[in-house]
Amino acid sequence: MARIGVFVCHCGTNIAATVDVKKVAQAAKSFPGVRFTTDYRYMCSDPGQDLVRRMTKEHSLTGIVVASCSPSLHEKTFRKCTKDAGLNPYFCEMANIREQCSWVHDDREEATSKAIDIVRLTAAKVRKNKPLQTAFIPVEKRVLIIGGGISGIQAAIDIAFAGFKTVIVEREPSIGGRMAMFDKTFPTLDCAACILTPKMVEVSQNDRIKLYTYSEVETVSGYVGNFEVKIRRKARLINEDKCNGCGTCWQRCPVRVPSEFDMNLGKRKAIYVPFPQAVPNVPVIDREHCVYLSKKKCGICKKACPFEAIDYEQEDEIIEEKFGTIIVATGFTMFDHSIYGEYGYGKYKNVTTGLHFERMLNSAGPTGGKVIRPSDGKEAQKVVFIQCVGSRDEARGVPYCSRLCCMYTAKQALLLKEHNPGAEAYVFYIDIRAAGKNYEEFVERVQDEYGVTYLRGRVSKIFERNGRLRVKGCDTLSGAQIEIDADLVVLATALIARPDAPGLAHMLHIPYDQNHLFTEAHPKLAPVETVTTGVFLTGACQSPKDVPDTVATASAASVKACGLLSHDKLPIEPQIARVNVDICSGCLACKDVCPFGAIEKEEIVDRITQEKRWVAKITPSLCNGCGACNTTCRPGAIDLDGFTEEQIFAEVDSLVAGKGDEK
Amino acid sequence: MKDSPSVEDRDLEPKSSEGKAKIAAFLCKWCSYAGADLAGGSRRKYPANVRIIRTPCSARINPLFVWKCLEEGLDGVLVSGCHPGECHYTEGNYHTRRTFAVFRKLLEYIGIESERFHMSWVSAAEGDKWAEVVKEVVKTVESAGPNKYFSKSEEAHG
Repeated sequence: MARIGVFVCHCGTNIAATVDVKKVAQAAKSFPGVRFTTDYRYMCSDPGQDLVRRMTKEHSLTGIVVASCSPSLHEKTFRKCTKDAGLNPYFCEMANIREQCSWVHDDREEATSKAIDIVRLTAAKVRKNKPLQTAFIPVEKRVLIIGGGISGIQAAIDIAFAGFKTVIVEREPSIGGRMAMFDKTFPTLDCAACILTPKMVEVSQNDRIKLYTYSEVETVSGYVGNFEVKIRRKARLINEDKCNGCGTCWQRCPVRVPSEFDMNLGKRKAIYVPFPQAVPNVPVIDREHCVYLSKKKCGICKKACPFEAIDYEQEDEIIEEKFGTIIVATGFTMFDHSIYGEYGYGKYKNVTTGLHFERMLNSAGPTGGKVIRPSDGKEAQKVVFIQCVGSRDEARGVPYCSRLCCMYTAKQALLLKEHNPGAEAYVFYIDIRAAGKNYEEFVERVQDEYGVTYLRGRVSKIFERNGRLRVKGCDTLSGAQIEIDADLVVLATALIARPDAPGLAHMLHIPYDQNHLFTEAHPKLAPVETVTTGVFLTGACQSPKDVPDTVATASAASVKACGLLSHDKLPIEPQIARVNVDICSGCLACKDVCPFGAIEKEEIVDRITQEKRWVAKITPSLCNGCGACNTTCRPGAIDLDGFTEEQIFAEVDSLVAGKGDEK
Repeated sequence: MKDSPSVEDRDLEPKSSEGKAKIAAFLCKWCSYAGADLAGGSRRKYPANVRIIRTPCSARINPLFVWKCLEEGLDGVLVSGCHPGECHYTEGNYHTRRTFAVFRKLLEYIGIESERFHMSWVSAAEGDKWAEVVKEVVKTVESAGPNKYFSKSEEAHG
């Protein structure tokens, strides 16, 4: 016989102001199986929890209903409380009378009546609850980091320092990511390479860190503590063990093609390392442009290599490894602004983007640090920067602010003036967003000390005239129409999610938003976690971030990952599906709908007929408890613990006043 | 102690079904339930007719639950999950969408007003949308009046 206790919380006035909590507690006394009801100002406080524990023991309760806030807040608290009182924690359920009642209704009578219904529904469910046992799974003490930019590098260093092993999977031939392309970093003007490359070297020399560059994650299966990951190591056509990065091959290679790392402003060879400080310092052969591979002629690099490291026959390799947790550090890409026809990108060579400009500023870059007009290579004297290209433009771009453009544009304008004091710089902006330590001061300095002209307004048209770019815009502060004959226009394009972000999200079972940025578990209190336990986010794949923020989130994600790995065993959610083999007809319709491959065919000997037959078998550690199989099962052989047919039907029954009360 | 409520207790039974539609809503816990929580957190007001039943995924919602609600005389039912493509379990809501597309046809076939059954996709970030969905559902269900379909047929057969 059920003995249920109902504990109604006032939540100060959060609930009590709209809901008559005394009346709810009084009404609950009449619900079937309810033996005790009470109300209290703050049920989640220590005295409140103590009340739950004491009353549970005193009244020998077998089920607990806490009528307070959403289960997402305090379900854990009260389940622990229930456990402490000597009951199975799954005999406790939350009746959400705050978020879904007192906060959304004004009428006290209506809200009270609804709260009573919610408590009745929850009590009806609790009557059908069964004890559930938490199982434990072993933890593989290694971390997979997807992405080898500053985010992944920082995470790997932190995790290795904590004593755990990590693997970085990087798609490009070298780690370093976007930061390796930058010249200097705002607001301190540290040289990006000077602060990044020591970290890259540290990663390559640390015994606890393994690097898979020029590699991609193919599939991810499993669950926290036991992720099974297939990684494709794309064939570099170089034997990494033999190569020592001497550079003879790429010096001899006769093929010159535009360098992606230099934003196509410079050239690279068909066998190449993307940049001189690349880690690992091992080249890769570009299959598309290599003459030997396309025409079976040449082969100069192979002949030149003193170590016989070049292997044209090398094939992709698939490796399988196990990991306890995964950190996603895949970063961002740039918005394709060709949609802004009025800026003439693609049509005019001298209209470029921030990243192009960054490469030009870099003394190791394609122009040796000279800011030039790509059309004729002459030094640019007048440069116009345009902010918010794609950002804050719901109609044509993305609705959000990309957060870094104000700062990097200020930095680029400053560096332009440092490289060429005679140059003029103009910045068209909507608002200046310089929220960060020493950021506002930096922008002020760029304007006051370096004389960069800031114009608040949009550019309406850019067209070529006499070899220069005529930029037409307005200054909304003075109301003046502005026309500037510029040598170079730099567009601060939005930072957006990578095109394959949704694919990765599906692989990892993590959600993403309408802009394809990965969604954190909670925007404030769990910013680097995801709803999939054991998968963490860092850097710009979650939202645009500058270097300090990226490094901070990388360290945050590392702590979370290390926290998990510090356990030898982890508990798994016991609310999973279960098969009654006596009823199972072996149709395996459930197997087709299971998104986790948790259901298999199993041969059993029938209890009655003693004949062999097929049934469905669920692997508990793979089951995530979605219940799709439950709904699909025709004979009703599958039930989802915690959300059984019996429990949900009891909830439905409770909604029809009086009905079911007699049972 | 006897289980059945006393006459006095019966007076405390909600009267909300009088004149107002009573609606059950089945919500997945990751998106729509969290969206409803957010509506609360943002103090978005909406009508008090809806009673929420929480499930892990909208794919857990057995059409028989919905059927039972209507059979028992509730005036309307709402099923809500994550936006297609954003399911926490990757593809659960695709199953939901297909299942209830067929179920809706069944309701049409047997002659239950289409105004009584609703589906929506509300994400955890869409508290405002949840409030709007409830308003719209309540309005539509109330336009169909009280659900007498099954009581009528009992009379007819009885």
